[in-house]
Amino acid sequence: MKAAVIVFPGSNCDRDAADALTWVTGRPPAMVWHTSNELPNVDLIVIPGGFTHGDYLRVGAMAATAPIMGEVFRAGIRGVPVLGICNGFQILCETRLLPGALMRNASLNFICREVNLKIETTATPFTRSYPDGALVRLPIAHHDGNFFADEETLNRLEGEGRVVFRYVDKAGKRVPAANPNGSRNNIAGIANAAGNVLGLMPHPERAIDPATGGTDGTALFAGLHEALR
Amino acid sequence: MTGSPQITMEMVRQHGLSDDEYGFVTNTLGREPSLTELGIFSVMWSEHCSYKSSKVWLKTLPTAGPQVICGPGENAGIVDIGDGQCAIFKMESHNHPSYIEPYQGAATGVGGIMRDVFTMGARPVANLNALRFGAPEHPKTRHLVAGVVAGIGGYGNCVGIPTVGGEVGFDAAYNGNILVNAMCVGVASTDKIFYAAASGVGNPVVYVGSKTGRDGIHGATMASAEFDDATDEKRPTVQVGDPFTEKLLLEACLELMEEDAIIGIQDMGAAGLTSSSVEMADKGGVGIALDLDKVPQREIGMTAYEMMLSESQERMLMVLRPGREVDAAAIFEKWGLDFAVIGKTTDTGRLVVHHNGDLKADIPLHALGDGAPEYDRPWVEPKLAQALNIDTVPPPDSLLGALETMMGAPDLASRAWIWSQYDRTIGGDTVSPPGGDAAVVRVHGTAKGLAMSVDVTPRYCFADPREGGKQAVAECWRNITATGALPLALTDCLNFGNPERPQIMGQFAAAVTGMGEAARALAFPVVSGNVSLYNETNGEAILPTPSIGGVGLLTDIAMRCDIALKSDGDTLILIGPDGSHLGCSLYLKIIEGRGDGAPPRVDLHGEKIAGDFIRILIGEGAVNAVHDISDGGLLVAVAEMALAGNIGADIRFTNKEIASFIQAFGEDQGRYVVGVPDGGAHKVLAAARAVGVPVRLLGLAGGTELKVTGEMPISLQGLRDAHQTWLPDYMAGAQA
Repeated sequence: MKAAVIVFPGSNCDRDAADALTWVTGRPPAMVWHTSNELPNVDLIVIPGGFTHGDYLRVGAMAATAPIMGEVFRAGIRGVPVLGICNGFQILCETRLLPGALMRNASLNFICREVNLKIETTATPFTRSYPDGALVRLPIAHHDGNFFADEETLNRLEGEGRVVFRYVDKAGKRVPAANPNGSRNNIAGIANAAGNVLGLMPHPERAIDPATGGTDGTALFAGLHEALR
Repeated sequence: MTGSPQITMEMVRQHGLSDDEYGFVTNTLGREPSLTELGIFSVMWSEHCSYKSSKVWLKTLPTAGPQVICGPGENAGIVDIGDGQCAIFKMESHNHPSYIEPYQGAATGVGGIMRDVFTMGARPVANLNALRFGAPEHPKTRHLVAGVVAGIGGYGNCVGIPTVGGEVGFDAAYNGNILVNAMCVGVASTDKIFYAAASGVGNPVVYVGSKTGRDGIHGATMASAEFDDATDEKRPTVQVGDPFTEKLLLEACLELMEEDAIIGIQDMGAAGLTSSSVEMADKGGVGIALDLDKVPQREIGMTAYEMMLSESQERMLMVLRPGREVDAAAIFEKWGLDFAVIGKTTDTGRLVVHHNGDLKADIPLHALGDGAPEYDRPWVEPKLAQALNIDTVPPPDSLLGALETMMGAPDLASRAWIWSQYDRTIGGDTVSPPGGDAAVVRVHGTAKGLAMSVDVTPRYCFADPREGGKQAVAECWRNITATGALPLALTDCLNFGNPERPQIMGQFAAAVTGMGEAARALAFPVVSGNVSLYNETNGEAILPTPSIGGVGLLTDIAMRCDIALKSDGDTLILIGPDGSHLGCSLYLKIIEGRGDGAPPRVDLHGEKIAGDFIRILIGEGAVNAVHDISDGGLLVAVAEMALAGNIGADIRFTNKEIASFIQAFGEDQGRYVVGVPDGGAHKVLAAARAVGVPVRLLGLAGGTELKVTGEMPISLQGLRDAHQTWLPDYMAGAQA
């Protein structure tokens, strides 16, 4: 699998994403600067977390207008897998590769902690290596992770099985107390209709090492590597 | 000087200079200064920049050791961590700005300390902080906690450096003067360290980063004056931070540092362009000429005075090798940052400033740097607290009841509400996050780890500044030791009141003396630091607060230890003497509402052998949980271990000579609780006796309750609730 990580001014999880990809594929991804007009020929595009352009104006809004994002948009429409983590998810919503928006957390505070998640579908290249209905623990670290979409969009996402990650309690139940940020329907991550574009607020790239944050993110990268080999 | 007004004595006083100091200025120049020059002298001779009251005492601290690559005097201290790598770290205060405007004050404190570290060539890998707020019931406290925490998180999270540790205290002595001490630790290659000294003649002086505005003018002078009721009027002197620009500046500087283009580099912190240019030139023994017309400016019509004194954030000054300007400019352009050649090095030994073609300042650099005033201020021996008469302290109805009250009190309640707002896991190297003794962050791409802790017990320092100074160093050393790491060196942030008062100067002198004794005995030298004086409001000083930030090295993170109990049946053992000392303890404060008594003495010899023994136990894998005993004593330590591991414990106090509540809550120093896997206890007890460390069997881990012989057990869940509710409820406004 050949991967590219898009780097914007203010990206700060780019190295973590690159480390995870290097670890699983054995070769470092291409790091593509936001002003580039060309994407290398890759099997996977990762938009990492961070505070692109300082989150000024609106999270992800300015990054979405970067020259490289036209290429990312076209690749996503073509079916190239695109993974947006945290700020990457916010950017994908701003580009309209994914529906909805990420608003400020309901608590208005930045939140960094581990959350329990249910993997609601394994019918994506990102989740194919997880068992059906798997419960995983991943860290979140964000100020604007409160997923919002109108009722019609929510119904479509739920009906089409495009809610991929959901905040749940330890028993796997979708309860308000398990929702860290006020997201509609406890949504933590969604896919596009074709299933090749995934955005999620939790950080799977920080959960690939038992010494630092568990290993529940490993299967995401390993699954991609197998699918895109 | 062209266009400068006549300097009056009122202007001199507004600039914080004494009559004698002003006389020194006119003697040095051989004439009256211009207004710009007066401003430059004012900030460079401020306590914040010149250390004029503290230097004489700071010189007594030990600063050397085989591990030390660079001691105090540079932007940050440097220690060797092997394999051609080094750790670069420093702590600094941002107290006054944070009281006036908590979000920006704390945020720019974090920004400033990170620049001190990456200006030397290190990538920051961890932030820590030590915070002191007023009494919870004080009307400003909640607002200040919320703002400071949001500011620290807002800045560090955006730059993408994990905030991994710190400490937070509440005391009425900080009602009008909170403390925000920020520490940053970075890692660099030992062959790629950058220093501040300029050199050569005619080399370009380059300005990079944000544009200069009128913000923060006179911040250094403000930080060197007491507060009064008109302090709110000083809000315009607080700087405004932009962590996004800091992130760009970090990446651009590190990218340029890969090239061989930089001779010297210095961040523009307190006193901005003035101190950065003066320090670079003074350290390199050269002169410097600046043309302020070239300075990137955010506002129009700025005067030379304003530009030289602005504390606009996220700026750096560099001296480049001649001919490298174009390559360097390209890097900063890529990152969208300003880059301007604003002057050159000279052989005059003078700071010469031009603006609009006019000469605005011409000052011999020596007078601003090493030649700045230095005072051996009068001081008196601190009045020490009387030893506690233990007969006046009644035992509690129940040890576990007292424990539950203490664990839920502001001094000991969980800080999770605070650190859950800090990104602690970014970078993928945080192996021990907040909540334990020291945070541990892996050195990226290696098996090594840096253990870091920030410590001080201000109530001890107030009661006996010398013992308090010793204790702060010893506790930091102990916390690092409890992870299995070898403590390497420390940075300090010395927060005190007005040094012109002999009582305060006496506190300072005694605390530094105690720190030095402990640092020497524990081979834990001081490599960087900061002094914050004049922490007073309306004549009321804060508690003396010498915050100590330490860094230690774990050669293999797989060998690290944390505080969590691991398994049912593990044996709990006390390493060190039995609890016997309740003076200045949290038990007295929380249960009896008293603050009297002398603080516990620090036996530095006992401290050293107990700590060295702990490190051996961890290295041999003989223990699976270690926690130092500090605030609240032994029973609090056991409770914290139980909560961290979610495993109960059953312990007893077997010393017949000492009342059990004193054994439970005494804050004697140099002690640890260890968890020993089933079957290993005898070996640990024998080994301790062999090296002369006191030990005592406490009991066993297991179950879901905390039990003390002869009392009704309490559930871990109940204890956890008591521990976790206070701070979130307080911040939600549920109680004072």
